[in-house]
Amino acid sequence: MFTSVDDVSARLAETGYLASPAVATTVFLAGRLGKPLLVEGPAGVGKTELAKAVAQVAGARLVRLQCYEGVDESRALYEWNHAKQLLRISAGRDENWDDTRTDIFSEEFLLPRPLLTAIRGDEPTVLLIDETDKADVEMEGLLLEVLSDFQITVPELGTVTATRRPFVVLTSNAGRELSEALRRRCLFLHIGFPEEELERRIVRLKVPGLGAALTESVVRVVGALRAMDLRKVPSVAETIDWARTLLALGADTLDETVVRDSLGVILKHQDDIQKAAAKLDLDAL
Amino acid sequence: MTEVADRITGLVGALRAHGVRIGTGESVDAARAVEALGLADRERLREGLAATLLHGPGQRAVFDPVFDLYFPRAVGDLKDSGADRDELRDRLAEALAANDQVLMAQLAAEAVDGMGGYGSSPGSDGFSAYQTLERLRPQTLLARVRADVRGRDGSGAGFADRLLDDEIRRRIEEFRRLVGTEARRRVAERRGRDEIARRGVVPTADRVDFLFAGRDQLAELRRAVSPLARKLATRLAARRRRAARGTVDLRRTLRSSLSTGGVPMRPVLRRRRPVRPELVLLCDVSGSVSGFSDFTMLLVQALHDQFSKVRVFAFVNRLDEVTGLLGHGRADPDGLSARIRAEAVLTGWHGSSDYGVALGEFAERYGDAVGPRTTVFVLGDARTNMSDPNLAAVRDVARRARRVYWLNPEPRAQWGTGDSAAPAYAELVEMHECRTARQLSALIARLLPV
Repeated sequence: MFTSVDDVSARLAETGYLASPAVATTVFLAGRLGKPLLVEGPAGVGKTELAKAVAQVAGARLVRLQCYEGVDESRALYEWNHAKQLLRISAGRDENWDDTRTDIFSEEFLLPRPLLTAIRGDEPTVLLIDETDKADVEMEGLLLEVLSDFQITVPELGTVTATRRPFVVLTSNAGRELSEALRRRCLFLHIGFPEEELERRIVRLKVPGLGAALTESVVRVVGALRAMDLRKVPSVAETIDWARTLLALGADTLDETVVRDSLGVILKHQDDIQKAAAKLDLDAL
Repeated sequence: MTEVADRITGLVGALRAHGVRIGTGESVDAARAVEALGLADRERLREGLAATLLHGPGQRAVFDPVFDLYFPRAVGDLKDSGADRDELRDRLAEALAANDQVLMAQLAAEAVDGMGGYGSSPGSDGFSAYQTLERLRPQTLLARVRADVRGRDGSGAGFADRLLDDEIRRRIEEFRRLVGTEARRRVAERRGRDEIARRGVVPTADRVDFLFAGRDQLAELRRAVSPLARKLATRLAARRRRAARGTVDLRRTLRSSLSTGGVPMRPVLRRRRPVRPELVLLCDVSGSVSGFSDFTMLLVQALHDQFSKVRVFAFVNRLDEVTGLLGHGRADPDGLSARIRAEAVLTGWHGSSDYGVALGEFAERYGDAVGPRTTVFVLGDARTNMSDPNLAAVRDVARRARRVYWLNPEPRAQWGTGDSAAPAYAELVEMHECRTARQLSALIARLLPV
């Protein structure tokens, strides 16, 4: 899939995803070792984006399973189309039961859900299992079989094994501790906040209109906010939002007024805003 | 390749000794990763090994120093380090001003080489990060670096400029860390890597003993709390959901089967009316257990919305209700314990804890807080300072509550030594040893009522 770590960074950069050395190395290894990649980290640092970028680079189809509390087999693997089956039964009244029975449990009545879709396909596929921590523990058991053997058993049809292994990315906000068994099957990648230099490049790429000096100041202020003890520190997504806001406001430099007025873009809690304002001396002048 | 294989097994062994659970499969993956990445780029190697061997972000704090020992930046002594203190400080100031990470690492190595060695005869002794930093005093470079950076940019008037001091402090902190790493590596070369890897690395935050945690580690612990609390909350929610699923409701099952022609395709389960349990916490916040109480307070705060009624009482030798101080939105972990001490009456005429008086006061003044649905947690070391433990009060609370648990931050072996009344209390209520964040989270998850 990728020839080297540099190849990963270069090709991801073409899609607009600037990868840190850690990200590039791990993505390369996941492709090389054929193991699923478990990505953890705070919200808004580009976990889901990474899966999308990899899919784009590899020219692969992106299959996404969004996890939530209560997601189950029928949402993740496959489902039988009950309504269609009932129609089929009532349509063929004269047939004997044996024929009908084998017929209604055939491909035609199967509704594949993301996991089965990703396993069955012949084309290159990136399977994104998003927010794995939101799913119940039972769901993890289900994933274990899929992720270690890349196969799914449908009792009526037999076992479906992947002819072509999908590139699997699992994301998690660490809302719940994932089981040790699941972690063991994956390469682990923690995406934290980027280094200053990388973040500057990200801002330059995403908000090209912003001046160099202002970009630098934005990144520095965000860095300072992250060092504070806030309830929700700003993420990369917020940095970009802020940069766009400043561009829209037509600001050329950061000063007290601009920062005070736009602090709500990057901080999401009132007490965080107050704390940050105090620490940044916004009221001093 | 065998040399590399040895390094990997050594690294894995050291990580295992620190409680990182690594199976053979992961070691094999690590070796495959090294093969795929090559040895040329050290940082890539670090990330690759971390990705294959680790399973969680908390383990990174252990992994990085151990990695530095097994795959060091450089080997052996430096050729010609001038080791002139002033000259080194000059160069460090420049590196700090430019935020040049590579140069900083190199200077750290030179500094340890030139100033960190101790002992009389060369070759028989060790290297000390403390001594290096004591001689080099990088923290005193702040003003100089600031002037340097300002001079370089020419401005100094911009808004972001007011962040400069903090930024430089963070860089200096980073340099101190580099010196520590380098000193450990040098000692490791002399004394055997495995030995240092096992001893010289700090434990992960969730294994730090509450009572002996330093200031930095406490800050680290605090950061560990918020995900932990969320974790507990989801686990509790899941348990409650499971408990709420009851038996099959026949009437509603038949009713819903009408849509499938009378065939009951899906059984409908009887819904139970949720009874949210009540929680009462009694926390010793005296100086001797401050690390522990800081931490539990944060946890309590996080559990707040999980329970219909949480009441929290803090005591030293008087007891006062602090529930109001812990409400959401007032979440300021930093000042929390200070605020509790300032706003609640916790001490009488002396400052050391007195369990007998405090518990008696609780039974007397807040007796109505405890009912048949209440679970009571007492958090403290049960050291009574030689005063009466007031067992009658505890017996009284235990009789009225659904369950009473006592979490003690001291090792079990020390219960009953000196002025500890732990064994006496343990006869009346269930007492558990609870010394680290890991133990605490396991206990809380197990003991909390659903």
